[in-house]
Amino acid sequence: MALSMTRRALLAATALLSVGFGPAFAQDTVTLTYLVDDNPTNVATSEALKAAFEAENPGIKIEIETRPGGGEGDNIIKTRLATGEMTDVFRYNAGSLFQALNAPQTMLDLTDEPFQANIIDSFKPVVTATDGRIYGVPEEAAMGGGILYNKKIYAELGLTVPKTWAEFMANNEKIKAAGKTAVIQTFGDTWTSQLFVLGDFFNVQAAVPTFAADYTAGKAKYASTPAAMAGFQKGEDVFKAGFLNEDFGSALFADGVRMVATGEGAHYPMLTFAIGGIAQDYAENLPDVGFFAIPGDDAAKNGLTVWMPAATYISKTTAHPEEAKKFVAFIASTKGCDARSSANGATGPYLIKGCELPADVPAAVADLLPYFQQDGLTAPALEFLSPIKGPALEQITVEVGSGIRSAADAAALYDEDVKKQAQQLGLPGWD
Amino acid sequence: MSDAITAGGVTAGRTVARRARRGASYPNWFYLPAAIVFGVLFLLPTIASLFFSLTRWTLFEANFIGLANFIQFFREPFLVQGLINTLIYGVVTSGLKVIIGMLLALLLTSDIIGRGYLRAVVFFPVLVSTVGVGIAFVALMHPTQGMINETLAMVGIKGPAWLTDPRFALYSVALVDVWKGVGLATVIYMAGIVSIPQDYFEAARIDGATAWQNFWAITLPLLKPATVTVIILSLIGGLRSFDLIWAMTRGGPGFTSDVIASVIYKQYQAGFYGLSTAGNVVLFVLVALIIVPLSMFLNRNEVER
Amino acid sequence: MNSLRRYLVGGTAIFVSVFVFLVPFAFIVLTAVKDRKSAATRSFDWPTSWHLWDNLVQVIQTRDYMLVTAFVNSTILTVASVTLLVVLGAMVGFVLQRNPSSRWTGLVNFFVLAGLIIPPAVVPTIWVMQSFGLFKTLHGLILIEVAYGLSFSVLLFRAFVATIPKELDEAAIIDGAGPLRLFFQVILPLLKPVVVTVIVVQSVAIFNDFTNPLYYLPGKDNVTVQLTLYNFQSQFSTSYNLLFMNILLITIPPLIVYLFFNRQIVAGMTAGAVKG
Repeated sequence: MALSMTRRALLAATALLSVGFGPAFAQDTVTLTYLVDDNPTNVATSEALKAAFEAENPGIKIEIETRPGGGEGDNIIKTRLATGEMTDVFRYNAGSLFQALNAPQTMLDLTDEPFQANIIDSFKPVVTATDGRIYGVPEEAAMGGGILYNKKIYAELGLTVPKTWAEFMANNEKIKAAGKTAVIQTFGDTWTSQLFVLGDFFNVQAAVPTFAADYTAGKAKYASTPAAMAGFQKGEDVFKAGFLNEDFGSALFADGVRMVATGEGAHYPMLTFAIGGIAQDYAENLPDVGFFAIPGDDAAKNGLTVWMPAATYISKTTAHPEEAKKFVAFIASTKGCDARSSANGATGPYLIKGCELPADVPAAVADLLPYFQQDGLTAPALEFLSPIKGPALEQITVEVGSGIRSAADAAALYDEDVKKQAQQLGLPGWD
Repeated sequence: MSDAITAGGVTAGRTVARRARRGASYPNWFYLPAAIVFGVLFLLPTIASLFFSLTRWTLFEANFIGLANFIQFFREPFLVQGLINTLIYGVVTSGLKVIIGMLLALLLTSDIIGRGYLRAVVFFPVLVSTVGVGIAFVALMHPTQGMINETLAMVGIKGPAWLTDPRFALYSVALVDVWKGVGLATVIYMAGIVSIPQDYFEAARIDGATAWQNFWAITLPLLKPATVTVIILSLIGGLRSFDLIWAMTRGGPGFTSDVIASVIYKQYQAGFYGLSTAGNVVLFVLVALIIVPLSMFLNRNEVER
Repeated sequence: MNSLRRYLVGGTAIFVSVFVFLVPFAFIVLTAVKDRKSAATRSFDWPTSWHLWDNLVQVIQTRDYMLVTAFVNSTILTVASVTLLVVLGAMVGFVLQRNPSSRWTGLVNFFVLAGLIIPPAVVPTIWVMQSFGLFKTLHGLILIEVAYGLSFSVLLFRAFVATIPKELDEAAIIDGAGPLRLFFQVILPLLKPVVVTVIVVQSVAIFNDFTNPLYYLPGKDNVTVQLTLYNFQSQFSTSYNLLFMNILLITIPPLIVYLFFNRQIVAGMTAGAVKG
């Protein structure tokens, strides 16, 4: 008796609920769903874009949905695209991760949209699928991968920004002698361990200009290319010299940001988007943090590895393609840049034509901009030149950076990992 | 059954009748509602996924590649390490849960002060989400600022880097797993202990049995169904467990605390869907090879008794 | 009996429990009332300033009261799936234990183990759900939780049906009880302790489930409680104070369930003892 009553109540409840969750009686308003990752600075960007866009387009409402980042997020994006359940508009990485999404079948082709004229050409290849069509627009500013450093420590010890790896290690030696942490590593968030390898790509390309193409074709390997192995060697060097913070194995990205901002450590190998995090939590320390590219062997060839930002795409299954394109066009306009700057401040150069950075950019961004202003001082990270990125890199670089595995061994192991990925993608020359 | 009837004879006829009656009182259609839900939402997709274990599958398209995924999976560089870790983890966690769970259940069903409080706190970790437990213990086990090592430092011991030293990481996670899961084992044992008829103990007391004899001759044998349940559940849980490992170490540092389930999950995360499905088939066979004989052995004894 | 022993053993157990169980809990509580910056160090110390109310309000208000929606969804999900799990699981466990000579027994046992061991295949499951119109619906997710939780329930029920004397069945059968009456009026009431166990364990598991809602019930209005943790924790930045406050808040419903049923366990136990 009691049982059947509960059950009936439940049925009624579920019935009520399904009514409640049905589409609200829409008059002329169109609601666009918009899936973004849960990084707070990105959510802030999305909220700002939503607010600015809705103010301009009263007939369209944007509904933000968040998802986890990292590998879990990759799976959600793929699952929802493959099952036809994607939101109208979504944000996701450009480059090799985008290449795994089978864009021609799952996304709207944006090649012929008028707003393409606003986008800087260097961005377009990283959102172009194998069919040669363009599917996304840049949602954030470009980033550099290099070393954030504490300017106070540099001033105190009279150090200068290093142009070669040897100079960098000499600086570290002095910092260590002064009783400070020279290099911050935060392997508690494993992804942070990859910077010495991935951020070293400018130097790889400077030494072996054809590396990206040969690597994609299966002809160039990390283990047999000294310039490519140098990235692993750098991780090993700083560990062996005892430059790391004591808790490098457990520290998290947020700890690394705190340490470099407050001077608990001198160098933090990181992407420049971390500047947004410093601005959020350690605004008073923002002037103390500078930035330089990971140095190579030759001071004359000193340049920066650049990361393209995530892009916004439109799902092929959207019921409102016109409204979705309107929103994407807004993102790819100077108004979009303004909305972003208002949310997070300036973290790097925008990839939309006509977008100006505010005059008072943070010190680290000021250090970043000169690399972009001159030809030949930047190279895209490998993941934007090749569809192959081995999934186990972060574990391997943790092992190298913690002294569990040697650089040579790690490079060889990573080559195996890369091979698996290439075979999975069905690329020619890997069987 | 028709054979039995043609064989004739009163006895056979009676057996048939009893069988039929038993069938009527314990009808097979009781399986049906569960079977429909389970069959449609679990078996059907699982069988479909078996096909995909033979393909290179990007979710968008699948190319048949025969057994190549299985070959690749067995070539995974950390598979052997993961296999050993899986067995260690499964045995350590289920062993500790059986022993500690039984002791706690005996304690919490005996006449002591603070019993209600103790029952509540022992079970409390079961209620907290794995993610929450993982984050809290990662902080508590921090090598320099973590509370555990700070406490040890007060008595002059330099605690290890629980989660970042390759020698300790797996065991540290296993201990937290026991901490989180032992409440469940305790409850199962408690239910078992109180269902033991009190007259056994009465009779034993008249015979002048000691507490130890009581335990050995009455409690332990009669707790067998509970023990079987705890062993099976926690061993299966331990062998395929990875959510706590993932929340605490992600198989690290490097690959040192990887178990098979986390190796598979990483393939899945990397987008190697066919490969991860093949890995699941391998894991299923492995766990079945351990659990099926074990559960047959344990259940046979139960029937004999 | 021996009151000294009673105090000694109980006292020792309480003392140990403070360190083993209360300290981690205290850590969560203390972190939950700190401000963002001092929580970020994740150290076990007394908060320099108290933000209990601020953090509480902020957690509840985040993203348009997402937590409230989540509580409603998770509660419906949990109650409905656990009810089904108890009834369906007990029916299977009952027949499985009582009628081992049925030709289905072997197969059912195999499926029970398979259900415990095999991780679900996400994408094919979505295809199946889509074809039945179950995807992105709460009742679809309820059925998913039932399908995934059945094996565990059956295993528990089977083990405890074995402790009910068969003579009870036979008496009821002689009285003319059909299978439904036998099961619902004779057996199920006697299974009370294990029913309570299943309710507690499964409701905790389902309430705390996070992978299945993530994949099978996407959408902003469909959020369940575990997904709210993502509001404060991401790859790049975590607000530990709000995260732990959120963890505390979503632990309250399972705690209530447990405290409520804890008495039932004790009641069921006494009933069993008297009967024995």
